[in-house]
Amino acid sequence: MAKVTLDSTEYDLPTGANLLQAALGEGIDIPYFCWHPALGSVGACRQCAVRQYRDENDERGMLVMSCMVPCTDGTRFDVHNDEDIVKFRETVTEWLMTNHPHDCPVCDEGGHCHLQDMTVMTGHNYRSYRFTKRTYKNQYLGPHINHEMNRCITCYRCVRFYDDYAGGKDLQAMASHNHVYFGRHEEGTLDSEFSGNLIEVCPTGVFTDKTFKSHFIRKWDLQSAPSICQGCSMGCNIIASERYGKLRLINNRYHHDLNGYFICDRGRFGYEYVNAEARVKIPRLKDDGDFKDLTEDELSTFLSGHIQPGSKLLGIGSPRASLESNFALRTLVGSDNFSNGLTQRDSDLMSRILAIRAEHPANNASIRDIEASDAVLVLGEDLTNTAPRMALALRQSTRNEPMESVTAMRIPEWSDKAARLATFGKSGPLFAATPRGTKLDDVTTAKVHGDPVDIARLGYAIAHALDAEAPAVGGLSEEESAFVTAAAAALKGAKQPAIISGTSLNEGKLLDAAANVALALTQQDKPAQLAYVAPEGNAMGTAMVGGMSLERAIEAARTGDYDAVVIVENDLYQNLLASLADSLFEGEITVIAIDHSMGATMDKADLILPAGAFSESDGTLVNFEGRAQRFFQVYPAEAAIQEAWRWVRDLMEFADQSQANEWQTLDDVLFAMEKDVTSLQGVAEAAPLAAFRAVGGKIPRMSRRASGRTAMQAHIEVSEDKPAEDPDTPLSFSMEGSATTPPPALLNRYYAPGWSSVSSLNRFQDEVGGPLRGGDPGVGLIQSPGDASVSFYNHVPEATRLTDGQVLFLPLHHVFGSEPWSASCPGIQARSPGPYLAVHPDDAGKWGLEEGDLAKIALDGRDLTLPVQFTPSLKAGTAGLPVGFAGLEGASLPTAAAAPTRGIES
Amino acid sequence: MLKDILSVVQSTWLVFLHLFRKNPTIQYPEEKAYLAPRYRGRIVLTRDPDGQERCVACNLCAVACPVDCIALEGTEDETGRRYPDRFQINFSRCIFCGLCEEACPTYAIQLTPDTELAEYNRQNLVYEKEDLLIAGEGKYHGYNFYKVAGLAIGGKDKGQAQNERAPVDVKSLDL
Repeated sequence: MAKVTLDSTEYDLPTGANLLQAALGEGIDIPYFCWHPALGSVGACRQCAVRQYRDENDERGMLVMSCMVPCTDGTRFDVHNDEDIVKFRETVTEWLMTNHPHDCPVCDEGGHCHLQDMTVMTGHNYRSYRFTKRTYKNQYLGPHINHEMNRCITCYRCVRFYDDYAGGKDLQAMASHNHVYFGRHEEGTLDSEFSGNLIEVCPTGVFTDKTFKSHFIRKWDLQSAPSICQGCSMGCNIIASERYGKLRLINNRYHHDLNGYFICDRGRFGYEYVNAEARVKIPRLKDDGDFKDLTEDELSTFLSGHIQPGSKLLGIGSPRASLESNFALRTLVGSDNFSNGLTQRDSDLMSRILAIRAEHPANNASIRDIEASDAVLVLGEDLTNTAPRMALALRQSTRNEPMESVTAMRIPEWSDKAARLATFGKSGPLFAATPRGTKLDDVTTAKVHGDPVDIARLGYAIAHALDAEAPAVGGLSEEESAFVTAAAAALKGAKQPAIISGTSLNEGKLLDAAANVALALTQQDKPAQLAYVAPEGNAMGTAMVGGMSLERAIEAARTGDYDAVVIVENDLYQNLLASLADSLFEGEITVIAIDHSMGATMDKADLILPAGAFSESDGTLVNFEGRAQRFFQVYPAEAAIQEAWRWVRDLMEFADQSQANEWQTLDDVLFAMEKDVTSLQGVAEAAPLAAFRAVGGKIPRMSRRASGRTAMQAHIEVSEDKPAEDPDTPLSFSMEGSATTPPPALLNRYYAPGWSSVSSLNRFQDEVGGPLRGGDPGVGLIQSPGDASVSFYNHVPEATRLTDGQVLFLPLHHVFGSEPWSASCPGIQARSPGPYLAVHPDDAGKWGLEEGDLAKIALDGRDLTLPVQFTPSLKAGTAGLPVGFAGLEGASLPTAAAAPTRGIES
Repeated sequence: MLKDILSVVQSTWLVFLHLFRKNPTIQYPEEKAYLAPRYRGRIVLTRDPDGQERCVACNLCAVACPVDCIALEGTEDETGRRYPDRFQINFSRCIFCGLCEEACPTYAIQLTPDTELAEYNRQNLVYEKEDLLIAGEGKYHGYNFYKVAGLAIGGKDKGQAQNERAPVDVKSLDL
């Protein structure tokens, strides 16, 4: 700690930290533009100027940029005490504003604009500039980002995030002087999966959210709740916002250990399905092949006819549904009749992960742990597509090793420009073995492409290279051996090595191989980080709830004497072959499907019940590292929509189960779950319970500035209704209630006096860039056992052998397209590549295929015709199919099948 | 005592004098009181000199409203011009304070010297956009927000607003 005097008050600030960051952490308002807690300082905008004095006797001092000054013991600064420096900062804002358009009323940033905040903070009111303003033409940047270049103040944050931080290539600063332009070399969709963060990084309205623009609402009018992204297993924290019954906006919600300041575009823009036409709002019954809406009475007549005490029910849960919904279903049908909705394949993989986790001493790595690692081995996962936020963290981790030389040069790590110059072209050890090239290739030290078994064998070999006790692998190619040696050396030399694998290739041996490497490192007293990417948002949670697999559930439905099957938020046709899923509907069994939108399974069910989407429900998800996190309802659901677990509870009434009366609120379900499922102990603590009250009452979901209370419903009924009650959470559907800062798990809005934009996040952390005040939300359900009683896994798989004329089809994941609900949103759809067959050019030559040809393949008894895409990075003899794309649902990959033949030319 | 009597006489005299004053009571509704142009009565939405809606759905009136009686939702035409899709004022709640007019950055919302808003049914006091929108510019003439703003809309491209230079050609060397 350094004693630093600011405006004649002495502060203890962290030695070496930059003064701006440290002062903001103390709650001192210094205006700034180009600095960002995750991007560091460049001292470009000149806005954060303060006066530094040399010693006690110095009265003149000198003007310095606070973001470029390290905190040193005994230094003295004036921030607000000195009139000249205050005037200087005002003038800087005035310069920046000379060309700023008169746009605020029609600008989507207005109301949460950092530039507005800073202009008010510096006191600039009237421009003295009387000449003409510079203008720019805008560019089309795709379906998600709106470009309005006139508003730019050239802080360079966009390119520093997009290019330097996220590794993008297609957004650049162009021209110079008064012509500086931030855009693409030509119009077109921004390439990066993280482009949505430009919206939050840009301090003004140059980059705004196009989906939000189509149904724009000012920040103060949004009703918001803390939520968890359902797009993948990372469990990124988000804030979801609504107005007039429509989900409007997804923003990043800071979580120190997980997403930090950034989320991916799937999470930010993949929400539009919630507002889509396909939503179900009323219970409907199949009648002569068509659905008809049911009244409440008709519904209970139907249910009492089909569910009685003693009825034998089969339940199919879902890795997309909350723990509560899955557990409620398990309670309704009994654990012997419950399927957690994972395919056999995923179920086996998840059990394997849980088994390894239970005995493995390596640290259960969070995203931040991976970001802090200085050597990483990736086995199998194409992280940009299966766990995008982790890929972004990985990109940062490759800076850790080169940054050591920066520290040696006595350049502070936050001095971004200097640090990046000193490390230019250098990248720390990242070793990746994947089926094909990935977007991380530019920072990858060495890569090998192969089929899942090849990759698993590499993992085993690396473990053996680290520790001779680990099983050896024979028959590696020269390239593979070189990779193994280099990776082993790098991991051995690292201070904090990390190993990442996962389920995306559907190969259990990969998990074992990764565990072996981590074990070898742990036994050498390295703080090894081990992370497994899971298949869906709540795959980890459903695996903990237990139950049989989907395939076995369908088998049971066919053979068992079940009266009815209840399916919760699971579209069987996404995960199973249509022929297998169909067999469920062929028998006499009554199918009750509970989901938020129509889909193939809902279409075929006898009775469909409308469940709330994530924005209309409360629930708990467990992410890849076993962290249970609560997401909260954002707005009261319309019509008959209710949480899936409430529908299940209603069904219990007909089965005459006692829980039907006992389960009134979410907390009742949580407590029952903690009692019944040992692995879920502690899950209730993921967020404050419904009884929690901050000073002043419940925590309002609306801001205190929310407008239109007496008018928004007036066209329907002029006298206002009482706000909807929320028995499940400590949040209220109102602007009234506690005015204090809520605990981190309930934080639903970033605002502090003078700070309307997302920059006000600084006010919610003890130290800028550190954990949220009060600790980051969520509760870890998996603890590493610590001591290494485990031994190496010994079953090294044999390399895949293919018979002549066969090819191994591998699953290829896409951030836009592989997750079905986000993929149904128009913007995500537009950024998705569409179905294709990836083949190696050499193979294609053998099979007489040209790029763009339509190739025919026969897979699982289906004939598919797909356009050929040349992918030179694939290993010859393997071909790739995109996962979850239309026509490819339920494909069991990897699988060996006959080589593609030429279909029709495109 | 004498003082008290004098006071009574004086009052009587003053009341007597009122017989010759002009009568302040008018025969409403046959006769109407004069209301100044800036009197704060019924709220209207005005149009710009080109006859287009002035309201850009910025929501500042709604947030300024102390009784929260304004609700609106914006939309955009195909050229990017933003306007209110729905604009609702609940006059049964309105207190005619005029803060909405003060907050309005485009002179769209204005209060008029019309106080005759009585209804038998309270529901009829909810005014929709078609009830609020008038044909003219109201009290403030000549202002056209979109001619000042940098946003391009139909008929006004980048660089064509007031006080704007032609758009920068990024590839030019003319700095």
